[in-house]
Amino acid sequence: MLRIEPRPTPSRRMTLAAPLLALALTVATGATLFSALGHDPGAALYHFFVGPISDRYGLAEMGVKAAPLILIALGLSLGFRAGIWNIGAEGQLIFGAICGGGVALALYPYDGAWVLPLMLVAGVAGGMVWAALPALLRTWRNTSEILTSLMMVYIAALVLRLLMNDLLRDPDGFSFPESRLLTNGALLPIILSETRLHLGAAFAIAAALLVWILTRHTLIGFQIKVAGLAPNAARYAGFDHNRLIWLTFMISGGLAGLAGVGEVAGPIGQLVPVVSPGYGFTAIIVAFLGRLHPVGIVLAALVIALSYLGGENAQINAGLPLAVTGVFQGLLLFFLLACDVLIQYRIRWRRAP
Amino acid sequence: MTELLALHRTTKRYGAVVANADISLSLKAGEVHALLGENGAGKSTVVKTICGLVEPDSGFLSWRGERVILTGPADARAKGIAVVFQHFSLFDALTVAENIALGLDNGRADSALADRIRDLAQRYGLAIDPSAVVGNLSVGEMQRVEIIRALMQDPQLLVLDEPTSVLTPAEVEALIRTLRLLADEGRGILYISHKLGEIRQLCDRVTVLRSGKVVGETDPKASTPDQLAEMMIGQRLTAPSGKPPVNSDARILLEVEHLNAPAGPLGLSGLHDLTFTVLAGEIFGIAGVAGNGQKALLAALSGEFPVSSDSMIRLNGVAIGRMPPQARRSRGLAYVPPDRLGTGAVPDLDLSENALLSAYRRLAMAARGLLHPGKASHFAQQIIRQFDVRSAGLSARAGSLSGGNLQKFIVGREMLQAPSLLLAAHPTWGVDAGAAAAIHQALLDLAASGAGILLISEDLDELLALADRIAVICDGRLSKPMAVADADATTMGLLMAGEAVDAAH
Amino acid sequence: MTDFLILGSIAMAATPLVFAALGELVTERAGVLNLGVEGMMLMGAVCGFIAVASGAHWIVGAAAGALAGACLASLFAALVLGFAANQVASGLALTIFGTGLSALIGSNYVGTPVDKIPAVLWGLDPMVFAALAMSAAIALWLYRTRQGLILRAVGENAEAAHAHGHTVLKVRLLAIMFGGAMSGLGGAYLSLAYTPLWAEGMTAGRGWIALALVVFGAWRPGRVLIGAYLFGSVGVLQLHAQSSGLLAIPSEILSMLPYIATIAVLALLTTRQQQSRAPAALGQAFHRLR
Repeated sequence: MLRIEPRPTPSRRMTLAAPLLALALTVATGATLFSALGHDPGAALYHFFVGPISDRYGLAEMGVKAAPLILIALGLSLGFRAGIWNIGAEGQLIFGAICGGGVALALYPYDGAWVLPLMLVAGVAGGMVWAALPALLRTWRNTSEILTSLMMVYIAALVLRLLMNDLLRDPDGFSFPESRLLTNGALLPIILSETRLHLGAAFAIAAALLVWILTRHTLIGFQIKVAGLAPNAARYAGFDHNRLIWLTFMISGGLAGLAGVGEVAGPIGQLVPVVSPGYGFTAIIVAFLGRLHPVGIVLAALVIALSYLGGENAQINAGLPLAVTGVFQGLLLFFLLACDVLIQYRIRWRRAP
Repeated sequence: MTELLALHRTTKRYGAVVANADISLSLKAGEVHALLGENGAGKSTVVKTICGLVEPDSGFLSWRGERVILTGPADARAKGIAVVFQHFSLFDALTVAENIALGLDNGRADSALADRIRDLAQRYGLAIDPSAVVGNLSVGEMQRVEIIRALMQDPQLLVLDEPTSVLTPAEVEALIRTLRLLADEGRGILYISHKLGEIRQLCDRVTVLRSGKVVGETDPKASTPDQLAEMMIGQRLTAPSGKPPVNSDARILLEVEHLNAPAGPLGLSGLHDLTFTVLAGEIFGIAGVAGNGQKALLAALSGEFPVSSDSMIRLNGVAIGRMPPQARRSRGLAYVPPDRLGTGAVPDLDLSENALLSAYRRLAMAARGLLHPGKASHFAQQIIRQFDVRSAGLSARAGSLSGGNLQKFIVGREMLQAPSLLLAAHPTWGVDAGAAAAIHQALLDLAASGAGILLISEDLDELLALADRIAVICDGRLSKPMAVADADATTMGLLMAGEAVDAAH
Repeated sequence: MTDFLILGSIAMAATPLVFAALGELVTERAGVLNLGVEGMMLMGAVCGFIAVASGAHWIVGAAAGALAGACLASLFAALVLGFAANQVASGLALTIFGTGLSALIGSNYVGTPVDKIPAVLWGLDPMVFAALAMSAAIALWLYRTRQGLILRAVGENAEAAHAHGHTVLKVRLLAIMFGGAMSGLGGAYLSLAYTPLWAEGMTAGRGWIALALVVFGAWRPGRVLIGAYLFGSVGVLQLHAQSSGLLAIPSEILSMLPYIATIAVLALLTTRQQQSRAPAALGQAFHRLR
């Protein structure tokens, strides 16, 4: 019979191996799922995982999708380390997109050099504003930040829809609920020619570096770590928990807002009623898959970005429903959480007594 | 006398740790049998084996002479074995009757049960209201609930794990009377304790446990406390060398004046008008039964829950009542908290990160928000060297250290910050005798060097051995401090039970 | 529209919340926080809908919804009980997975019409009354039976319950499965009676509102029921304001009402005293020591 035994110390090897094992299990389950749906699993997997990145453009697209995931997951990882659960990044992304896009549309058709920086600042600020209410309620009323941050997602989506139908709608757009196209000066520069890979990818890498420094070398990073591992010890050491809540919410909200304005000023190029295919939620998976570590998050974001591309590609080439992407992402997180047991425990085969 | 339960050479390992090795024990009807041993000697594992929570890796149990395998607490209960655990397994949000029903097979919290509870309570002198919510009871009352729950099943063998560690002397007397009554009815009792006096007063046999092994079995009444202590500890301990007496004109380091705090967050009890001082070079002891305001006092003094007015607490003449913990630390306060794993140290972090935990500000281990890891590991190294912390080195996780070594590390971390005032809560709780002696010596040395120490402990012997003055906390109120020479056991006992003894003085 | 019909539509808006919130209440009372309610509701909605769209009786549809919810919950149980995984992360995984899987298996049924669950009394369908009966039954079960007592004990102090010989993991497994079945029922009610049709993500946050209701109701079945009806009336108010067009308020703002109400209720009505009523062991993993 299988027995689960605690390890004397957490296994470092398994910390790295668990995500790979989870990935393998997800692919295996995916193949089974594809055959169950009546598709040739080999071909479906090819269309899902290899097809999308078989050329330069495809690789760049992976970067386009990974950039917002990296930004958001980095922010979330700080909170998750401290046991602070901001799961409303999607709403912060949307509001960041509204604020950043709103600045560009308000200045239209002005196209000066400072439009883009101003948009980025507005996007970050928007994300922070949207994250402020859950942080305030948590620190002031001890209200569950999980529920409030999530409710804010629905509200943000409705705010965007409202603006699309009304205030920010393109006056020349035949009443389509979309804004004007942004002027060139309001778009993030492309960093790889003939692709859509934009400056946002560079922001993501820079943010990963900053978060790495923050977690590794600063007092705040140490406080976050202690607060997550042993809340009583954090109180004993005198770390201000409310300050950590505010800080992690502001960082994660700001980064989600940046991701939002990056979508508007990047691949989308205008404000539309739906600015994200759920990046804010998917980033939760990225954060866990990346072990809440900046380097891991960058790698995990690339994998998840591939699952987005793969879903689209498999829909076009193999006729698979687009919803397969969500199933894959959910499965991956499931398997990861299950595989994580191997870090703290080892599984031994033992004959039943 | 008939034998009820016996352990035959049982062994239990947890990973590499051998908790019990070759334990043999025979418990008889009508006999009060003591299991004596230090914290960590393996007593709890014996209890778990007896109640079916732990299955021995080798060896076996017999019940009334027949070999048995206990599959779990329900099985043990069916045989007639009842256990009162050291840490109460009570449900705070439920009523007394509901709690008791949960310990019975098919028990329901109805009026018939309430009647049975009242019956038993009367017969054995264990007053309790069946409809009271357990969370509102005192610790002594909670223990009564545990005992009544055990007696409900009319057990033939009653096991009590460290039952008196939370009781006042008067409550201990009452418990001993109840237990004798039960033994005289023909029940067997296993009494687990490390308190020699109680064992000699109550028990017919004693089995001594050390490092997971049985080191002897004897008649406690025929042995001297010294003999029992030596069996338990395994060596003769040198008494700590003393320290010079406090100068009468010594500087006041800590001044607590009319300290009041409401009962509040995290289940802290209220504090009522506490006033006392700690002088330079003095060890000021605070005795009391657990749960009488110690945690609230520590939270108020350490700054974890700042009090309402700055001037209620003064450190070196500065009002600090509303300061956060790190500001107090940089003014010379150090603090050994009551719980080492999870509060005093983070189990999953290594020793050098744990050195950082309380010392980063006073020892300037972070500049402009950036950590200085070199300083932290140097400091950790210094602690390990000076306090003889046995570990796998700086990168060892705090959780991998033994209780005694981790406690030495925490005490060392606080003392090497050269505090002017050290707050020490239960500094030797659950550590081995060697580490306890080292910690006691370190406390005396620190006081001798001119620092003040506020020592909060439930261990009267520890307080009487170390403190210059002593006060008792009960129900959030502090008795008038007295010189340790004037503190006799009777007075202390009355104070701990909340009896005003001012009239006696 | 008469007042009576308004009351009826409130009951219909409240019923999915009643089911889901009561299920989560039982799960949380056993000490397990399952944030996957939204995902389980969606799976219940889609599976119930497919059953009825394929010609089954609505009762079979409701049962299919409950079964789907329970199946998804069993995955969660495997993670948090079998693998001792973090409950918050596992619950989120469940919601993400359930959202994706329901969209996948329901993709061919978007826009398909089905017959609404027929009314039996006062223009209301039997599920409305079933939800009311469930809340009474759960209250009685929790406070008047030994099993209910054991469940509360497990949620209060798992270690102690284990020490008394109660099988913590079994109790929690059953509580999680029950919670899943109830969420599935709530979802099936949405797709079979409330709308009645299937659309991706049609629960629109009701699973999360159900979670909030448990907090708001201080883990008491009666209060959770009242809370669900209050929220139902917010939803109906919104719909009526929208359809009557009396107020010159954009529909998006009216649609925000339930979410804003949830935040407001959580912030204003959940005092620390109320939070202290949470099961003491809520969210803590339990490891068997043996």
